[in-house]
Amino acid sequence: MSYLQRQLGGRTDPAQDAGWQDAPGRKGFFTDTSICIGCKACEVACKEWNAIPLDGLALSANSYDNTGDLGASTWRHVAFVEQDADRIAAARESGRRLVELGMPGVGAPAQAATQGGAPAGYGVLPAPVEDHGPSLGDMLTETRAFEDRSPEDGASHGTTVDGTPMVGALPEFRWLMASDVCKHCTHAGCLDVCPTGALFRSEHGTVVVQADICNGCGYCVGACPFGVIERRSDASTTVRGDGHVPNIGIAQKCTLCYDRLQHDQTPACAQTCPTTSIRFGDRDDMVEAARARVSQLHEQGFTEARLYGANDDDGVGGTGSVFLLLDEPEVYGLPPDPVCATSRLPEMFRTAGYAGLGMLGAAAVAFLGGRS
Amino acid sequence: MANADCIIIEGSNMAECHPVGFQWVSEAKARGARVIHIDPRFTRTSAIADTHVPIRAGSDVVLLGALINHVLSNDLYFRDYVVAYTNAATLVNEDFVDTEDLDGVFSGYDPQTGKYDMSSWAYAEGDGNGGDGNGGDGDGKVEEPGGGDEHGSEKSDRAAPHSHGAAGAPMEHANVVRDETLQHPRSVFQILKRHYARYTPEMVNDLCGIPVHQFHEIAKAIAENSGRERTTCFAYALGWTQHSLGAQFIRTAAILQLLMGNMGRPGGGIMALRGHASIQGSTDIPTLFNLLPGYLPMPMVGQHDTLEEYLTSISSPRQKGFWTEADAYTASLLKAWWGDAATAENDFCFDYLPRLSGAHGTYQSTMAMIDDEVDGFFVLGQNPAVGSAHGKMQRDALSHLKWLVVRDFQLIETATFWRDGPEVASGETSPEEIDTEVFFFPAANHVEKSGTFTQTQRMLQWHHQAIRPADDVQSELDFFHELGVRIRERLKDSTDERDRPLLDLTWDYPTDEHGEVDAEAVLREINGYHVTGERAGEVLDKFVDMRADGSTAGGCWIYTGVFAGGINRSKNRVPGQQQDDVAPEWGWAWPMNRRVLYNRASADPQGRPWSERKKYVWWDEEQRKWVGKDVPDFPIDRDPSFRPDPDAGGPAAIAGDDPFIMQADGKGWLFAPKGMVDGPLPTHYEAQESPVSNSLYTQQSNPSRLIYARKDNLWSPSGTQPGSDVYPFVFTTYRLTEHHTAGGMSRWLPYLSELQPEMFCEVSPQLAQERGLVNGDWATIISARSAIEARVLVTDRVRPLTINGHTVHQIGLPYHWGVGKDAVVEGDGANDLLGVVLDPNVQIQESKVGSCDIRPGRRPRGEELPRLVAEYQSRAGTTVETGTEHANPVPEDIRRRRAATLTSDESEGGSS
Repeated sequence: MSYLQRQLGGRTDPAQDAGWQDAPGRKGFFTDTSICIGCKACEVACKEWNAIPLDGLALSANSYDNTGDLGASTWRHVAFVEQDADRIAAARESGRRLVELGMPGVGAPAQAATQGGAPAGYGVLPAPVEDHGPSLGDMLTETRAFEDRSPEDGASHGTTVDGTPMVGALPEFRWLMASDVCKHCTHAGCLDVCPTGALFRSEHGTVVVQADICNGCGYCVGACPFGVIERRSDASTTVRGDGHVPNIGIAQKCTLCYDRLQHDQTPACAQTCPTTSIRFGDRDDMVEAARARVSQLHEQGFTEARLYGANDDDGVGGTGSVFLLLDEPEVYGLPPDPVCATSRLPEMFRTAGYAGLGMLGAAAVAFLGGRS
Repeated sequence: MANADCIIIEGSNMAECHPVGFQWVSEAKARGARVIHIDPRFTRTSAIADTHVPIRAGSDVVLLGALINHVLSNDLYFRDYVVAYTNAATLVNEDFVDTEDLDGVFSGYDPQTGKYDMSSWAYAEGDGNGGDGNGGDGDGKVEEPGGGDEHGSEKSDRAAPHSHGAAGAPMEHANVVRDETLQHPRSVFQILKRHYARYTPEMVNDLCGIPVHQFHEIAKAIAENSGRERTTCFAYALGWTQHSLGAQFIRTAAILQLLMGNMGRPGGGIMALRGHASIQGSTDIPTLFNLLPGYLPMPMVGQHDTLEEYLTSISSPRQKGFWTEADAYTASLLKAWWGDAATAENDFCFDYLPRLSGAHGTYQSTMAMIDDEVDGFFVLGQNPAVGSAHGKMQRDALSHLKWLVVRDFQLIETATFWRDGPEVASGETSPEEIDTEVFFFPAANHVEKSGTFTQTQRMLQWHHQAIRPADDVQSELDFFHELGVRIRERLKDSTDERDRPLLDLTWDYPTDEHGEVDAEAVLREINGYHVTGERAGEVLDKFVDMRADGSTAGGCWIYTGVFAGGINRSKNRVPGQQQDDVAPEWGWAWPMNRRVLYNRASADPQGRPWSERKKYVWWDEEQRKWVGKDVPDFPIDRDPSFRPDPDAGGPAAIAGDDPFIMQADGKGWLFAPKGMVDGPLPTHYEAQESPVSNSLYTQQSNPSRLIYARKDNLWSPSGTQPGSDVYPFVFTTYRLTEHHTAGGMSRWLPYLSELQPEMFCEVSPQLAQERGLVNGDWATIISARSAIEARVLVTDRVRPLTINGHTVHQIGLPYHWGVGKDAVVEGDGANDLLGVVLDPNVQIQESKVGSCDIRPGRRPRGEELPRLVAEYQSRAGTTVETGTEHANPVPEDIRRRRAATLTSDESEGGSS
């Protein structure tokens, strides 16, 4: 792959591409939402360490989520999703199809869904995928009948240490919790479009804003396929005694605790997570741990588990922050098929070039024709 | 917990309220354990559990009792364990009559006082030839015990829980009669069977709202994960304790765990999840009115006038176990406090100790304040104006004080109630009318001081001062040390005898260069030291070195060993990866760094591990001692086959198969012959306020609950009483991860306030529909005491339950908010809705269940608010008498039968 191609899409080592010599290895998170208890300690640790102002003091009345989404003053955000039995059954079924497609990664859910019809959104059951497993109706009947089966049958769904089946009847209700964060993309749209150089690729392969260089143009906000980066609003509430809110109008997001990394420390969120739902380390190790965990859950019958960000062939070349989800990405407010805004730049240039040539040709033809 | 094969979390929202400890549940789950969460609401704990079981708040004894019935009826209990290690085989004396025969009360109940005479619950006494296995003469009968029937009891001993410490009640002897076939009708086993026979899955369905199939799911999980190879663990917190029979909720689980053989074994037990970093520490070194350090009782006036009388009340020399050494623990404690002034001649200054004249718990003190019997009040690390039950009564009490000292990080509502409390807003009082002088002292937080935390596992962990407190901020240790220094300075010339206890105190702690008291010196004193003899001045290494002759001193006998060898072992911090999974080198757990109590029970009666998988502590025949992964909780060289002399007492009387070494008979108590003031076996009673009638007995509520019939403490009618439909819904109060109790440590912090900014109530979509409540809008919740407002969260996490064929709605209310202007966020306090009714064993308030109404919209302001509350009271016909009867009326024959049990000792010599 050529240097230019590597810069804009596909598998690559972003730190090396950015010119770092002897980079210490790409760092990343593995956020395992299956063991998240929604305590929000990550949100608080992040805000404490980075001295971020408040978004506001309003009750959202959207389950236990009162910080809404990622933004200039929320660099870690825990989503709370309440689901009924049909949604759970749908998640298990859609995950099972992913397994059969052999694609536990970004993009796959969308591909699966678009083949079959409407993508799975909130409260909507996905349409069956042709040639890929039974219809949802059949699947629901099957899983609900699970209760009546003998333990021997159940063993196929994985067992506990003492041989009892792990997965019983589908629960009537579940409450998903997931801590979201900047993805630190392999191909970061925000970084590519930044005109000032305020955004840079660190030696750890992460993407960091330098607040004192950013001029607040906001190009990066539109270029992020995940809606992570934002400019700090002047409506932010101070947490400081002097009432000052720093960096108003400046683009802000998770730095993967660049300052802590430089001192060989774990990012604040991962350090504080009481259940190890947030793990931090070399990105390769994180991906490996994520793959092992998703296989374990599948063996136990939890086919709803799937990875997000672990596929290096997706539209952003894989992400530094890898997630294990228990439903379609959209359920957590994540795009199913994120694409880096600049990934199609060569194509666009090529097209523009052809168009230019065409224009020249047309002009020439018109000129010549006019002459004739 | 990490070693458990099944974890039942009931009466606790562990993931939200103990997120750090929850890592061990996560660990167990990762190893394949089954996790079941039983709770009125689907919480963040339920989200991680394999199964969530919704239950009606306050009905837990029905569920647990039915599980007991299930394992007994289907022979699913661990028989070898039960026969050898519990009192299942022990015979109870023939005067005992069960609730099944008296329609909801046990023998010995006095309807006038609401108290029990516990004498009829005692064990039958043996003939002096040793207790073991002398029952069973073929037809399942044993000889009648010789002597009279009044054993192990004092006739004068009416139930008075504050008169004994953790030792429970003493027994006069350990000479019991046992029938190891478990067939004798008066054996604990058969009594237990009869007592719970009507606690069926159908009863669970009707009273708890748990479907029969779900009951069987729980029962199956416990049964399959108990026995030789596996263990099940229970975890509870305030969802079990804060009831008018809270202590009995826990007793029910203890019975079940004993029957399943899950006590004293890895991955077993019942985890009492403590609510703060060192709440365990504050019962070990108690802030409770009825305890001295190490669970020694506070002496009672009139009953414990001499040291000898006091010690006799703790244990009898003829009973088994380590409580018979209480004389050494007490003498050492008194020596630690009064040093040279404490001598054998003056009973080590025992007379310096204050005496109790009755129950002086939080709520009795609150009511005494309202009656102007209390002048001054220290409030430390607590916010009663928001955090205690019946907020209005709390604030009223504070306004009657002459002076109030509040030590906290922030100007909490308890310090500002006189200025902007709810009663000021409603016009019921005004700052001009309140004469209380409030002194506010800023308190140092945990990073500004050194010391220990003692957590749920009884483990002491040292924390170091990171920065010095700013300005005049002080630690508790410094504050009280200085207070003592100043008071003693004022009194130094006093000749008044009553000042001697203060002047004779050992008050000579070393200070550092900033004048701060050395916390480590205090821990060293708590650990104890030799006063005289060869090792004078050296620290005690273990509590068995304590002596009753004044040659040792120690502030809390169970903590002895934390400084063994002169090393502060609470500082031990060897990482988990560098030691085995018991991790004895992380912190220090009392007693003697044991991580699992009663761990002798992890081996079979012969001393062999029950299984390879659950191997923990066992008898090594070659070394002739107990060995294993943990410190054995047993006399180290006692052969499993050892049988004591029947006349022996104390540690020498512990047989080789008596794992429960702190119990008077060495056995786990399925049946409590003494100690529980409201019955030897847990029995289901409805909460003080309940929309449901007790289907098991005529007796509706705990007949021994502590009731305070007062104009400011009204109750809604319960069950089918007229007016109960005015407050038709059940509410329950609880905490959220984002906040800390009454908010003093969270509502002043912007980052935490942002995460849960407003008081809310959680209701089901069905209730929302019924009452016109809209998600995100306001609702007003009205109880017989008060009315509050909250934002509405409509959620499937709260489900209506079908109880006795009727729909019962439950409303969830977090209690973190309070009314005041100083916090980042404020809101109405859920505790304002509560009244004061207490569990008779431990004086805890029933704050987990109450009755209320809910309607859309904000509550009225000003004097309209008390008017709304009064209008509801009037509609319900509530008076001071409502709900305050101890015993409900029963037919004449039952009444007579009950009366006969009360007077049996005076009438016909117990010929019942």
